[in-house]
Amino acid sequence: MRENKGDILLLENPCRFAIEVRGVSRIYGASSERVTALGGVFVSIRENEFFTLLGPSGCGKTTLLRLIAGFDFPTEGEILLHGQDIAPLPPFKRPVNTVFQNYALFPHMTVAQNIAFGLEMLGKPKDEIRARVDEMLKLVHMEQMRDRYTGQISGGQQQRVALARALAPQPKVLLLDEPLSALDYKLRKEMQIELKRLQSETGITFIFVTHDQEEALTMSDRIAVMSAGRIHQVGTAREIYDRPADRFVADFIGETNFLQATVVGTANDRATVRLASGEILDAGLPERFKPQGEVTVVIRPEHAQLFADDGEESGIKGVLENVVYFGTDTHYHVRLGGGDIFIVRRQNTRTSVDVLEPGVPVGIRLGSDAALVLRD
Amino acid sequence: MAERFDIKRQVGFSTVAMICFFLLYLPIATLVVYAFNAGTSIAIWEGFSLRWFRQAWNNQQVIDASLRSLQIASAAAIIATILATMAAIATTRTARYRGLSLKYSFINLPLMIPEIVCAVALLILFSRIKIWTGYSGLGYLIIAHTAFCIPFAYLPIRARLESMDLALERAAADLYATPLQAFRRVSLPLLWPGIIAGLMLAFVISLDNVVITEFVKSGGQDTLPTYMLGQLRRVVTPEMNAISTVFLLLSLGIVTIFFFISRHKN
Ligand SMILES: Nc1ncnc2c1ncn2[C@@H]1O[C@H](COP(=O)(O)OP(=O)(O)O)[C@@H](O)[C@H]1O
Ligand SMILES: [Mg+2]
Repeated sequence: MRENKGDILLLENPCRFAIEVRGVSRIYGASSERVTALGGVFVSIRENEFFTLLGPSGCGKTTLLRLIAGFDFPTEGEILLHGQDIAPLPPFKRPVNTVFQNYALFPHMTVAQNIAFGLEMLGKPKDEIRARVDEMLKLVHMEQMRDRYTGQISGGQQQRVALARALAPQPKVLLLDEPLSALDYKLRKEMQIELKRLQSETGITFIFVTHDQEEALTMSDRIAVMSAGRIHQVGTAREIYDRPADRFVADFIGETNFLQATVVGTANDRATVRLASGEILDAGLPERFKPQGEVTVVIRPEHAQLFADDGEESGIKGVLENVVYFGTDTHYHVRLGGGDIFIVRRQNTRTSVDVLEPGVPVGIRLGSDAALVLRD
Repeated sequence: MAERFDIKRQVGFSTVAMICFFLLYLPIATLVVYAFNAGTSIAIWEGFSLRWFRQAWNNQQVIDASLRSLQIASAAAIIATILATMAAIATTRTARYRGLSLKYSFINLPLMIPEIVCAVALLILFSRIKIWTGYSGLGYLIIAHTAFCIPFAYLPIRARLESMDLALERAAADLYATPLQAFRRVSLPLLWPGIIAGLMLAFVISLDNVVITEFVKSGGQDTLPTYMLGQLRRVVTPEMNAISTVFLLLSLGIVTIFFFISRHKN
């Protein structure tokens, strides 16, 4: 369990945070039909961090970025930039730049003019601007395109120009609103690596928005998982994947088996639970959580193994119902004694064979740390 | 698959279309042809000549009226376009609020009010002002023309603004442009085709106006259309055809220039 505890301890040293969002709400509409786009969000984003806001469409990610950029204002709460409240600053005075979802490049300017725009508005000297534009063009591998108009370059190239334009004024924080969603798969993979490289080369704090969990897991230093205007969990990819804070996070990130169980006993950070099908299981507990009675236990499909049930080995028992081949791996759907479906994932090799046929009785073997009790 | 409805395949479509084109363009073609008539009739062809063009060119009244028309149309079109640009920005770049649609109606009202009502109202108002101030110059005509030109200038500018991505202005603000800089560097350049279209439309509308001009003008302030109307009441010679032909060419020229400007911009 992560939440913001680590961050709160660090508050004595406010300079470690690029952005602090403190109890921010944004409520749209009049009293009759109010939409709570954000409901009391707390989050602290460190300097030089690749921070990702991850959540389904409509959960308030764009709203939070707009509040940070200054295109919109919180109904409640405050946002600090390097320890200073930015509420009184209009967008053009905030040292924050945005890469817009549809890029929003200026169609009447060339690539180089687009990149120079922010520097010109800051009143930088001409030769400094020229040098910086060259540097940026090189950084995003667009030297050849400097005098093209933005309508004359491909989507992937526009993406690079948008990045270069936003990075050129060396903002304290770069906001990226689903910048890769318009690109096709191959290009997206390339740009993910490119973005990581740009972030570490420039040392600028990135706040990256996506609804793609894989993108979030592979790119981020830390991730905030959001839904319906609130943050469920903040943590590294590992923390979020291995120790989901609640059912939403467990469900949204990766695939998970949810099993109903009853607590039999707890000791330290472990619990003994009885599944609906009768088997006894040893499961990990979230920090400072002593559950009683009915709980939900989560197990990742790849943390379980399947074996043919010949009555000798103990484990969760069931009947194999379905075998689905995915190329990299195979999914085995097992109907448990209690009626639930449990999915086991096995990594494939080129010569692996499916010895188990649907309809046979099978057992599920779990590693000692595979199961986790959810804090509902 | 069911066949899609195609109006071009309906019985009689091409016939109706031909008749429409014919009715529209035949009178204009006739007018242009008789401008080159050697005789004094606008109905009996007596051979080719440029005499009516020459006559119009040497007619001081025609020259005066033409210059006055151009003067009024230029001034009115420019003022109307500036006002219309401001109005278009004010009505598209603010949050929606109660009374916004009322404002649209006010801006477009001159399109709906019968021109004759407008003319009479202006006549009464201006005659009062003339008495108070003693001023009787072209100012009244320019103000009147500006008023009815605004909606024509407003429409293309507004259309352009509405099709313009709001994110561009946001991007400018994000890149440290003050609202004024964002307007000058981003909105205005993208708005130009709309502004030019509005300007030309306003210019042509002003150039063409008869009713309001007829009511508002003081003695000796004939514009080309009111001069022609005055002449038609007396004798009709192909001189009118010649003037009209030049007028037509001027309008076509403006439209062509506009076409090339807007094509170049995209
Ligand atoms: N201007 C607005 N007026 C009313 N509701 C809005 C407005 N902007 C966003 N919302 C609502 O706020 C919620 C969050 O929107 P958004 O931040 O765009 O989500 P996301 O970017 O995560 O997809 C949505 O339910 C959306 O409908
Ligand atoms: Mg969004």
